[in-house]
Amino acid sequence: MDFMVFQYPMITVQACLDGILLGILFALIAYGMALQWGVMNIINIAQGDLVILGGYIAYFMYLYGIHPAWGVIVSPIIMYFVGVGIYKLVINKVVDRDLFISILATFGISILFMQLMNFAFGADVVLANSGYGTTFLFDSAVVLPNSKIFSAFVSIVFAICLVIYMKKSKLGRAIRATAQNARAAKILGVDTEKVYAATFGLNAALCGVAGALISITFTIHPYMGLPYTIRSFMIVIVAGLGNLPGVAMSGMGLGVFEEFADYILGTEFRIGSVFLLLVLILVYRRFKLSKKREYLK
Amino acid sequence: MSKNVLLYAVILIFGLAAPFVFPAFKVQLSILCVLIVLATTWNIQGGEMGYNTFGNILFYGLGMYLCASVQVGMFFPLAEWTESGGEKTFVHTPTQFFQGMAAGLVVAAIVPTIVAGLIGYAILGLRGHYFAICTLGLGVAAGEISGGIEIIGAGQGFTTPPFPNVGGLEARGEFFYFLSFGALVLTFIAVRAIYSTRFRLILNAIRDNEDKAEAMGIETMKYKIIGWMVSAFFCGLAGGIMGGLVGYIDSTDVAFDGREMGVFMVLMAILGGKGTLWGPVIGATVFHIFKEGFWTFFLGWQYVALGVLIVVIVIYFPEGIMGWLREKYPEKFGEVIDEADRKAQVELK
Repeated sequence: MDFMVFQYPMITVQACLDGILLGILFALIAYGMALQWGVMNIINIAQGDLVILGGYIAYFMYLYGIHPAWGVIVSPIIMYFVGVGIYKLVINKVVDRDLFISILATFGISILFMQLMNFAFGADVVLANSGYGTTFLFDSAVVLPNSKIFSAFVSIVFAICLVIYMKKSKLGRAIRATAQNARAAKILGVDTEKVYAATFGLNAALCGVAGALISITFTIHPYMGLPYTIRSFMIVIVAGLGNLPGVAMSGMGLGVFEEFADYILGTEFRIGSVFLLLVLILVYRRFKLSKKREYLK
Repeated sequence: MSKNVLLYAVILIFGLAAPFVFPAFKVQLSILCVLIVLATTWNIQGGEMGYNTFGNILFYGLGMYLCASVQVGMFFPLAEWTESGGEKTFVHTPTQFFQGMAAGLVVAAIVPTIVAGLIGYAILGLRGHYFAICTLGLGVAAGEISGGIEIIGAGQGFTTPPFPNVGGLEARGEFFYFLSFGALVLTFIAVRAIYSTRFRLILNAIRDNEDKAEAMGIETMKYKIIGWMVSAFFCGLAGGIMGGLVGYIDSTDVAFDGREMGVFMVLMAILGGKGTLWGPVIGATVFHIFKEGFWTFFLGWQYVALGVLIVVIVIYFPEGIMGWLREKYPEKFGEVIDEADRKAQVELK
């Protein structure tokens, strides 16, 4: 435990900037989760593993000499089909079932993916070097790798594109209609099965983008998926379903929280503090709602 | 009734004789006993109460660390013990070992119970998705945090005291087998006693419709907490025994192992049949046999198999073995079937 944060104000600035840039990435993953949660009422525990898989795609492009930034384009395309495949094989059988069934089924997928990635890519921590250099601010007191800025920028671009797509396109309208009332949408001629598949695919594609960016800015490892799932879940419950600015804000808030937890408590407690924060948020909401005689459901 | 007594007597005799009949499988049988305890106690939440928890692993791991810490801390400084790693300069005498184990198991059972009461008050008000994810978070957080605490070994792990040199090579296996078998018998008797009272009906009412149960005047929160405390008691006990049996405690790979034990207990209960007394026992036995076979012959692919198994069981077999039997032979479960009604149902389908 050290209190550098209070002695050197520049570290605070550094942590805030790092946290915000990181949080934008989290918000992108959380947006995917909110999408499938809202439309299909499924919580996908394998979300984080889809992110890591997307990261490995970018990493492999880097290994074969292609600049990993192109992963931002390639990885979502591949991940879209992976997502549709998972939907066709597993998710479509659990959509209408008990909620816990879907959690457990995706937990199974998560374990499966973890281990398959471990076989395919090895258990080393890897990163794709983008070679973007770094930016120095305030007399070199604050150091920002350009890759982080790049990834935040790309995430924002993708998020905006997706929002416009959801508003304007035919599929986007069908997805929103299904989210509002699946039965009514079916009656009015929306092929909900196709919509579900597309939603899951879109979610996987978003995970692919985020994964490619994470492999450039941070590191990836086959077993690192679950924290990303928990983070996106947390962001969604803090923001509420369908509240897009809220997702962005709480994503950045979470990023800043993590950076400070990292500085104050030490890196070994970083993941632990994320999971503990989730518990605390849920407990807080439970007591807040119980005053009004309501509960989270 | 007499048939039941006979059945229990046969199982008891088989259980007592097992380590002498199959001396090579003593460790496996002890692990099986622990697994049955975990599945049975998970069933109190997941099956009877309808609160699907991933968090019972918390009490299991807590019990494991507490038992070992008490066993060491009663006689030696704990910090020096964990620091010295595998090579120990201090050795427990047999009396010290058994005294420490007894005290450790008592602490390992009681402290998680209290913890469950406190945490339960905070989080049992959550429902559905939220409860499941919250407990998942609790289990992982406990693993990550205990992996950062120096005095219990942090990342390098914690070796539990080795079994003292009494009674030859076979004694260790027999000691742990009878310990875990005792825990199993205790759990089964306790759970069976609980299930024969009004308590089970209340838990089932909570599962079926909590709002209505509350409206009928049942203090649901009280019963949910009591149910969780019962689970925590036996999970802690099982953890303490397992710690001694394995001989080495690691924060994320042994104690708070959400990826293995935490999922196993859910899977075993579902495989056997949620919400039945015998389901988890059967499920755990079948699962353990399957798992050992797989772990031996397909080493390396076991997690792949586990993932596939979870998906397959959850999608195609959610009612479990007991549920399947119940559908096939409803008369055996005391359900009276009106033949005409059943035919009408079949025709409707």
